[in-house]
Amino acid sequence: MTIFIIQLLNSFFYAAVLFLIAAGLSLIYGVMRIVNLAHGTLYALGAYVSAWVVGGAVGHAASGTLGVAGLLLLLPVGAVAIAVVGAVIEPTLLRPLYRRPEEYHLLITFGLLMILEDAMKFLFGGTPLTAGSIMDHMGSIPIGRLLYPTYNLFVIAIGLIAALGLWWIIYRTRFGVILRATSQDRRMAAALGVNVSRVYVQAFAIGCFMAGLGGAVVVPAQAAVLGMGIEALILAFVVVVIGGLGSLEGALVGALIVGLVRTAGIQFFPEIELAVLYLIATAVLLIRPTGLFGRA
Amino acid sequence: MSLAVAKKGAITSIGPSAWRPAVVAIAILLVLAALPSLVDPYQTVLLTYGLIMAIAALGFNLLLGYTGLLSFGHSAYFGAGAYTVAFIVRDLGAQSMELCIVGGLLGTLLISALFGFVCVRHTRIFFSILTLALSQVLWSLAFKFFWVTGGTDGIRVASAKLTLLGGLVNFAGPGSFQRFVFAYYYYVLGLFALATVIMWVVVHSPFGKALQAIRDNETRASFVGISVRRYRWIAFVISGAFTGLAGVLWVPLNGLTTPDILYWPFSGEIVFMSVLGGFRTFTGPIVGAVVFNYLKTYAVASTEYWQLLLGVVLVVLVLALPSGIVGTAARLAARFTRGTS
Repeated sequence: MTIFIIQLLNSFFYAAVLFLIAAGLSLIYGVMRIVNLAHGTLYALGAYVSAWVVGGAVGHAASGTLGVAGLLLLLPVGAVAIAVVGAVIEPTLLRPLYRRPEEYHLLITFGLLMILEDAMKFLFGGTPLTAGSIMDHMGSIPIGRLLYPTYNLFVIAIGLIAALGLWWIIYRTRFGVILRATSQDRRMAAALGVNVSRVYVQAFAIGCFMAGLGGAVVVPAQAAVLGMGIEALILAFVVVVIGGLGSLEGALVGALIVGLVRTAGIQFFPEIELAVLYLIATAVLLIRPTGLFGRA
Repeated sequence: MSLAVAKKGAITSIGPSAWRPAVVAIAILLVLAALPSLVDPYQTVLLTYGLIMAIAALGFNLLLGYTGLLSFGHSAYFGAGAYTVAFIVRDLGAQSMELCIVGGLLGTLLISALFGFVCVRHTRIFFSILTLALSQVLWSLAFKFFWVTGGTDGIRVASAKLTLLGGLVNFAGPGSFQRFVFAYYYYVLGLFALATVIMWVVVHSPFGKALQAIRDNETRASFVGISVRRYRWIAFVISGAFTGLAGVLWVPLNGLTTPDILYWPFSGEIVFMSVLGGFRTFTGPIVGAVVFNYLKTYAVASTEYWQLLLGVVLVVLVLALPSGIVGTAARLAARFTRGTS
């Protein structure tokens, strides 16, 4: 039973990280109809920036004065940095392409992926970076006869808070109304006086912020390594395909499904664990191309 | 005035008789055939890689350029061909390259017929994601079933043990690799020429015209009686077979097959090549593949950050030259002839 609870928590931890990445991917597609192939790489960049800040001189100063709380406060730096990167990318690289066929969207974000992957190698080197000190400081709590890292529970909480926060922004604020209106009909929104260009920058930056946050929260538990983004992108794809591209609820449910299947897969069928996920995504695409929660 | 000029330009550009491209093609083929005796063996190897990738890109472009479907999963068919050859050589002890080609093509046909059957149910972005997801199924299997596929170590295919042309050419004895490189270049060149001719015939046949009709307007195509889904499926299988042939030819030259060629960034490279050359033209993917191969080789040799370099090239290409090398060259040539006449 204890093992079961721990495995369940593991899959929630995994789902929380995946949700952060996939929600950003889905938001960007929902508003701007762009499939961002560089999204996983932005997540990896967020992980690197956070690990670098926490492990660097600033991190030492913060942990000296505020202890582990200081380090936790530093984690979102990665997310903010990625949001800034996003706010630069959208007007410069993506804006000229909205009128072109979607093949070009895939191509330019693939080029961006290549650039960012090497930029990370240039900035942070080939050795993995970690912010493990946070994990160590937070210790663990007993579950049954076993110990479970407190930090993992913290990440699950962050995932939930992020889901609620996004839901609140999209469905309960004025900005959310504008966002949804732009997503449904760009020209009509523009005709009603919405500054579509600004909404696009904001939506892209929020999407990037989510990816960066995913990287930031994962890096105390797992080291940031080169290539982690390329792998993460495909899993985020599986999540949004299952849940429905452009749907927030879909990203949440998809992340939970992928988290549970992956945890069960590692336990029971490790060889085909990834293949099963891709096959589930394929099956969903065939039966319900818009995903479980997607609009047509 | 300008209308008349434009019309004249259009007529000269769309109405060349069939013998002109044939003469140009034969001239290029002769130059390519003479090259190995003029340049050093390393350049010959590079060009062989380029020609192999050209076959892959040619196949890929039947879907993107002629049918209007962007596959982000062509690594699957390249890898299917490569791994089938590796299995044939390792497990059946085969040495004949022709046997490898037949086996590899059968393996690829099976995979692409199966995947294609699934994928052509969708178009646009959903098609791209479906092809991507399915190719990653193959990747994860090659990655995880290490006792079958060797995992990340891959499977070695020794070129020295292979024979070409039904045993007429073998590479036993001293200087094996040099002789292999020389002979294999002509082998690949021959198959490349054959593949190009076949693809030319396909895209200029009624079937090819039907694909272009589907690309331009699916609804109208189905109204004139084209069975859209079946045509797409056939195009998918042909496309996969070409890319699979490239995978088959690639293995002996590389000497090793690893899951990297099944991973999705490799599919991205195939897309990159076609766009670099220009996917709206027949020759674009060929030029793009050869140029990309040189570009990548020299980028990797000159800097640790070669990926950044290629990424910048791709971004600039998409923003500034979306019609690629061949498309841009054709436009410049058209402007030049218009200017002089």
